[in-house]
Amino acid sequence: MLTILFDGIAYGMLLFVLAVGLAVTLGLMNFINLAHGAFAMAGGYLTVFAMQKLGIPFLLCLPLAFIVVGAVGALLERTLYRPMYAKPHLDQVLFSIGLAFMAVAAVDFFVGSSQQNIQLPEWLRGRTEIGDGALMLGMGHYRLFIIAICALLTVVLQLILSKTSFGARLRAAVDDPRVAAGLGINVNVVFLLTFAVGSGLAGLGGALGAEILGLDPTFPLKYMIYFLIVVSVGGTSSITGPLLAALLLGIADVAGKYFIPKMGAFTVYLLMILILMWRPQGLFTRKGGR
Amino acid sequence: MMDFQSTLLAKARWRPWEFVVWLAAFALPLLWPSRALMVNEIAIVALFAMSLDLILGYTGIVSLGHAAFFGFGAYVAALFAKLVMPDPTVGLVVAIVLSGLLGAVASVTILRGTDLTRLMVTLGTALLLLELANKLDWLTGGADGLQGVTMGPVLGFFDFDLYGRVAAWYSLAVMLLLFLFMRRLVHSPFGATLKAVRDNRLRAMAIGIPVMSRLSVIYTVAAAIAGAAGALLAQTTGFASLDVLAFDRSADLVVMLVIGGVGWLYGGIVGAIIFKVLQDTLSTVTPQYWMFWIGLILVLLMLIGRDRLFKPWTWFGGAGKAVKP
Amino acid sequence: MLRRQLVQAMGLTAIALALPLGAYADEGTFKIGLILPMTGQQASTGRQVEAGVRLYMAQHGDTVAGKKVELIVKDDTGLPDVAKRIAQELVVNDKVDVLAGFGLTPIALAVAPIATQSKTPAITMAAATSSITEASPYMLRSSFTLPQVSVAMGDWAPKNGIKSVVTLVADYGPGNDAEKFFSERFELNGGKVIDKLRVPLRNPDFAPFLQKVRDEKPDALFVFVPSGAGAAVMKQFLERGMDKAGIKLIATGDVTDDDQLNDMGDGALGVVTTHHYSAAHPSAMNKKFVADFQAANKNMRPNFMAVGGYDGTRVIYEALKTTKGQGGGPALLAAMKGQTFESPRGPVLIDAQTRDITQDIYLRKVEKKDGQLYNIEFDVIKGVKDPGKTKQ
Repeated sequence: MLTILFDGIAYGMLLFVLAVGLAVTLGLMNFINLAHGAFAMAGGYLTVFAMQKLGIPFLLCLPLAFIVVGAVGALLERTLYRPMYAKPHLDQVLFSIGLAFMAVAAVDFFVGSSQQNIQLPEWLRGRTEIGDGALMLGMGHYRLFIIAICALLTVVLQLILSKTSFGARLRAAVDDPRVAAGLGINVNVVFLLTFAVGSGLAGLGGALGAEILGLDPTFPLKYMIYFLIVVSVGGTSSITGPLLAALLLGIADVAGKYFIPKMGAFTVYLLMILILMWRPQGLFTRKGGR
Repeated sequence: MMDFQSTLLAKARWRPWEFVVWLAAFALPLLWPSRALMVNEIAIVALFAMSLDLILGYTGIVSLGHAAFFGFGAYVAALFAKLVMPDPTVGLVVAIVLSGLLGAVASVTILRGTDLTRLMVTLGTALLLLELANKLDWLTGGADGLQGVTMGPVLGFFDFDLYGRVAAWYSLAVMLLLFLFMRRLVHSPFGATLKAVRDNRLRAMAIGIPVMSRLSVIYTVAAAIAGAAGALLAQTTGFASLDVLAFDRSADLVVMLVIGGVGWLYGGIVGAIIFKVLQDTLSTVTPQYWMFWIGLILVLLMLIGRDRLFKPWTWFGGAGKAVKP
Repeated sequence: MLRRQLVQAMGLTAIALALPLGAYADEGTFKIGLILPMTGQQASTGRQVEAGVRLYMAQHGDTVAGKKVELIVKDDTGLPDVAKRIAQELVVNDKVDVLAGFGLTPIALAVAPIATQSKTPAITMAAATSSITEASPYMLRSSFTLPQVSVAMGDWAPKNGIKSVVTLVADYGPGNDAEKFFSERFELNGGKVIDKLRVPLRNPDFAPFLQKVRDEKPDALFVFVPSGAGAAVMKQFLERGMDKAGIKLIATGDVTDDDQLNDMGDGALGVVTTHHYSAAHPSAMNKKFVADFQAANKNMRPNFMAVGGYDGTRVIYEALKTTKGQGGGPALLAAMKGQTFESPRGPVLIDAQTRDITQDIYLRKVEKKDGQLYNIEFDVIKGVKDPGKTKQ
């Protein structure tokens, strides 16, 4: 029982890291980026490549994934995404779907469609078990690691948002870009950095998640729905909203599959539809946010 | 004032080229029997696309889950043929009615919220139905698909042949009938109110248009027509499987509409033709990677701007854009 | 106005241009229509089968009984209605003499009526549900059936200290077959099946299911998942500490698919599986098969899908030699039934009554050989007919 809770939390935190970039991008640029999963996939494949071909240790691959994918994100933002900001939502959706398709096909072409496996370092492969019977808490070390990293990231992000001047500028730009620009905030740079960091985080999430979620070319399409659920239920005006939504989703998904395996993913979708019908602006949005 | 009326009426008139196109469509299975199956598929998908256009192009509802109704109609028709009666036309009517009912129920979910919310909810509905179909495998055959569906002859006379010609004509006939209905709908005052809702919901409400009821009604109609398309697929292939409900169907559909042109019934047809033909030719050339080309086409299309490509009407600058209140 | 007409014209032209004038029937050509998933989740299956078919054709030449053999490969993208349309087009337009391939059960079932209606023999080279060959009198099989391999495990396990089992299968035709036949045989031999779990075929997440298994503490976990998902199961199995908790992993060979086995890492060592083909099968024919396959396919290791393609092509070639191209579909079918020959997997028989395949099922353990992981055979059950049919 407790193990399931633990697994659910780990899964939820992973989803959060993956989806937080999407949430911020959506909240900030009002841009529905369905290619977000492609950045995550890129991070995963980069890690696999770095570990298998270049022999880089796993721990180093994580920041590597973050930086490289973030850089790619910055490049794409400047060249491809920026002209799309003013376009209607449908165009943005289709544009990002198009990018996702291209990414999926490109990876399939270069690497092949089979599942990629990561060989974790020994110290991450263990398992600690506390207690016994129904209340046993079995914690895989890797999941512990994920929870730790994601918790750290959450704290750092929250600190950046609330304590730094960049964070203040970001929040201003999210609330009202025109007024923010009017105050002299360089909204373009804010967008660029935010998109880069968001994509970088997705890449990091992909690298972390490759072990748990599996990694193959269809990753962006398979998991897009989960990211979107996190963002739409969690709202886009804070960090804590998506975090709580991700945790809720992670625990619901894992617990649902354990206790009612017949229902499977059914419960998650039903839950999401009901939540969105009840509160269309998201479960955890603060008032005044978009 | 009179100018507006005559403009609207002018749009509703039948043009000569339309007759040519429809005649050509019906002649195709006769002249090129080897491609009759393709014609059948295109007709079904075109019908499906037009039903999405009703809500996307004419009313501005962004839906990524329209396949829910398509798949539902397919399963209903297949189960009807297997369990009740193998007559195709009766099955078709049943599928239409039941899909419409499902649409009416589902329309409750799309009334509130932003574009993103609607996207999610429609996506979620389709996924929900997919899961349901998967779980109820005693009824639907689950991942193996529904087998053993043998269709009776159409109208009691025309047996479905191996060439697929009867199938093609059947689908084309149904498509034409429903097209006529949709055409009448969009060029009516009802249709005009839909466009008003699409362009500016707040203003539409202000002048007394019952927005909520309009949305529900058009969503129901679109669901019913999508169900018809799904039923046609199940009946002409004698088979229904889980991928009629998959996200790919909904996504491909939106792509088709965008290629062909949103807000224009023929846009669905043109988009379906171009997409299917592209898919067929590209997958013969590069079977593995046609997804890449479709993605590239989409990206380029969006960057260039749908409006500047073959958009047939020039007095709408960016159809489909909902101006937020 | 003009634009609209232009668009319509473009559309019609596109159709016209895209209509390849249907291939005319060539008296001197024998056409094989190979329908495979070349894209999508099952793409690796398609790749392996096609490679197997091409290898046979390369080894034995492309002229048989005076006719040139032409292979037409079509991608069904894993969708049964696309596969059905493709099959119809292959039969009607390209006038193929044989249909083959079928990576998934629903696809084979969708194509079956076409085979019957057009009297074209169809060879299932990959799909593994028992009922496929019953869907059409023209359907044969060169792959295997899940009941064949599951029953073998149901016999072996109780004799080797495994008394209680939880089964975990993917929720579709072959999975249900595996669960049913393994459980029945296992319980017949005195074992107890504690629980039967089914994982969704799409997007499976094994963690919660395996946790459940862990909590139920059986002697062993019996697994069937389609080839490709094996690695994920293995990973979760190890991560949950199942092996340390004393739960053994037994499975059908799809889990330790040769295609993926080497990438699974040392955690897979010692896993016992039952299957009809291992790349390490110690016969001269298999060694040659593997060597030639790797040479032609960038060192890709052949798996049971490739063997299915290879042997299916053998059946076609031999049947063509017998009929010499006369008699059409029915004659070809008659010449295919009852063929018995040596395959890279071992001896094989295409049953004349059921048109299904009878073959040896091996018990294998994952071991390291020459620095790579292989399924090493340590026992064999000879001449296993498909139990799914002998029941009726």
